[in-house]
Amino acid sequence: MYYRDFLTLTTSSFLTSRMRSFLTGLGIAIGIAAVILLTSIGEGLHQFVLQEFSQFGTNIISIQPGKTQTQGSNVGVFGSSRQLSLEDADALRRLPYVESVNPSVMGNAELKFNGKTRRTTVFGEGREFAQAFTMKVQSGTFWPDADDEQARAFVVLGSKVKQELFAGQNPLGEYLRVGGQRYRVIGVMEPKGQVLGMDLDDAVYIPAARAMELLNRPGLMEIQVAYRADVAAEQVIRLIKDRMIERHGREDFTLISQEEALEVLGSVLNVITFAVAALGGISLLVGAVGILTIMTMAVTERTAEIGLLRALGARENQVLMLFLGEAIMLSALGGIMGLLMGVGIAQGLHLLIPSLPVHTPWLYAVLAELTAVTIGLVAGVAPAMRAARLDPVEALHAE
Amino acid sequence: MIELQNVSRSFTVGDQQVSALRDINLRLDAGEYISIMGPSGSGKSTMLNLLGLLDRPTSGTYLLDGGNVTDLTDEQQAQVRREKIGFVFQSFHLVPRLTAAQNVELPMILAGIAPEERKQRVEVLMQNYGLSARADHRPDQLSGGQRQRVAIARATVMKPTVLLADEPTGNLDRATGWEVLKLLEGLLEQGITLVVVTHDAEIGARAHRQIHMLDGAIRSDEKHVV
Repeated sequence: MYYRDFLTLTTSSFLTSRMRSFLTGLGIAIGIAAVILLTSIGEGLHQFVLQEFSQFGTNIISIQPGKTQTQGSNVGVFGSSRQLSLEDADALRRLPYVESVNPSVMGNAELKFNGKTRRTTVFGEGREFAQAFTMKVQSGTFWPDADDEQARAFVVLGSKVKQELFAGQNPLGEYLRVGGQRYRVIGVMEPKGQVLGMDLDDAVYIPAARAMELLNRPGLMEIQVAYRADVAAEQVIRLIKDRMIERHGREDFTLISQEEALEVLGSVLNVITFAVAALGGISLLVGAVGILTIMTMAVTERTAEIGLLRALGARENQVLMLFLGEAIMLSALGGIMGLLMGVGIAQGLHLLIPSLPVHTPWLYAVLAELTAVTIGLVAGVAPAMRAARLDPVEALHAE
Repeated sequence: MIELQNVSRSFTVGDQQVSALRDINLRLDAGEYISIMGPSGSGKSTMLNLLGLLDRPTSGTYLLDGGNVTDLTDEQQAQVRREKIGFVFQSFHLVPRLTAAQNVELPMILAGIAPEERKQRVEVLMQNYGLSARADHRPDQLSGGQRQRVAIARATVMKPTVLLADEPTGNLDRATGWEVLKLLEGLLEQGITLVVVTHDAEIGARAHRQIHMLDGAIRSDEKHVV
């Protein structure tokens, strides 16, 4: 039998009972739509979270004081083990593969300018801060390439601080009081928005050495090392660890690599997406039962026709394939319907709630369609086999 | 040429063995016009099913065109049906969702004949049977006589050697029935073997050879020269 004739024959049978075929297909369509919708949202969230985490670049390793065996913030930040110093940062800067090193302190301080005051986050950073975190200075510059320890009283403003204190004025060259000390404004950062709940625009950036003094901190809170993208994280971690142990005499610090953190996060999010897809899969099961029901009915209704086909010389296999093809086509069309519905609803939701990230991965769409076809195959096998094995004589005389 | 040698067919109904055909010996030559008559239950339908390879004998041998077709596999039997046997039924058995032309085309589709050739053969047959104007109509838009003509066209489109007609006029009025019968008889000129099963003596009498059956056996087998 020609492939095209096969298609004509199978489509003709469900075109005659359009409403019934449509409703049967709808069962599959709803299942597929549910899977696509849920995975679209799941994948959207996945990408959103990963993007949040990786917007500063993924090839960054952080060093924090104190040693913990578990993840998360550790007592070393406030505690007693040996502090991380600016000298440590300098030592790391001389390691191979390292592109930039940023010593970092954070705290709160009051800003004063022209009678206006504002309490904001103060980030004490190294001169390579912007480079390490792929952040951009909108106007002016970051502080010049001087030794971190002899840092001058320069401040770079977050865009919101600039807006609040200077409004439309040009702040460059103005003097600002940060925690009572005079700082000269040399730059304004590009707006960055919130990152994991922290507003990077409502902040000012000053040299780390000055921030330690201003915030009265004995050491750095963190050193970030950005390394070359073509080098494996483990290799750089080993180098940093060796160098730091050499300097501190023991491992009293903790290394956190972005890459590893992202891997863990990614796999957790994958599990969530998968679980959500499996949930939608349950409705596919219901659709499969619908196809099984309709195909069983079709075999009963068309028994005489099956007898005729056999009398005309159709092989058992041909009868089997015709009914199987019908089941598969029903579910495949249902699957396409569901794909369109799922993507449509997902995009509609995204239009309605723009903050809801939505992303339909192609792989999931293809997998969903393959699932639909497989369901048709599985649900159609039993009725099709029954059709093929009917006794031609009895089938011919069925009414 | 068809030959049945010592063919029996029995069915198990409940726990009883019922013989539908008992030790039949029959030889039909190519181009013969045979009618099989008898009351219901006489075994004429079973005989037709056996001749059409829709059923297998319990014992005995069936030779078709000199070849033993008794022990062929299902698949091989399907092929023989496709190539050598045409069926015409009392209730037409047209596929309701296909057009008249598509119904005629169906055996060729199953046989995998190329579309161009199919189209050509269908056109010729539709023309011959006066169905050209009805080619795109579905069976429920056709009269009984037209339906049976479509069925005959379908039965002959594969150029079979034997055509088995089971009460071909049973669902038709008298005038239409005669027309259909004439159409079938016209096929004899092409050398087809025509077997008509009927319980209508008047129709049966038209055949050149009349076989009467009773209780699964051949009671009489008469040749008439027309």
